Amino acid sequence: MRSRNVLTGMLLGAGSVAGTLLFRRRLARRSERVDVYFGDGSMVSVTRPDQAEPFLRRARRILELAG
Amino acid sequence: MDASAALQRLRDISSQVRAAVVFERDGKVLGSTLEDGDRAEQVAREAGELLADAERKRPDGDAKTPDFAQLEVALRSGSVFVVRHGDRLVAATTAPEPTVGLVFYDLKSCLRELETKPKPTPKKRAPAKRKTTTRAKKTDEKP
Repeated sequence: MRSRNVLTGMLLGAGSVAGTLLFRRRLARRSERVDVYFGDGSMVSVTRPDQAEPFLRRARRILELAG
Repeated sequence: MDASAALQRLRDISSQVRAAVVFERDGKVLGSTLEDGDRAEQVAREAGELLADAERKRPDGDAKTPDFAQLEVALRSGSVFVVRHGDRLVAATTAPEPTVGLVFYDLKSCLRELETKPKPTPKKRAPAKRKTTTRAKKTDEKP
């Protein structure tokens, strides 16, 4: 009985840690984004990491230069 | 209005913009809030590259899609904005999570103000010449 309680507790703990990690990762991804607007009002949001990375790298450089 | 005056006005009206550089499509810097000219040129160059990358993101590579107008790159340490109006562009940085619509509006206004002709300064009027009239002595006055 006791070992079952320990196992349940461990599973709950591991689940909450995994959930927190996933939530933080998702939040971090949402806070870094690239939105491009065109002349007719249409907008393209670059979400794929491999596509967004060149934009993010240049933007980081601009922030660094601008102080 | 010249670039430095437009940037000064931008700083007055927008508390969110930390730094801004106005430049032309070919990379020529017209004005900057940065004191270091080299840094301003580097910012203009990087922003020009951002623009080139953005133009490649036209939906489905459709050449009929209108040109790039503006972009925002949001990072955890702040946001970078690039706005285009004709051949002129402005690149600006802000603190994290700015009011995006407001920043775009202020930057667009800054670029539009560059097109407005300065009001002609009224010419200074030359001081009016003092008329020196000599009063003729009345000779027929009784003593």
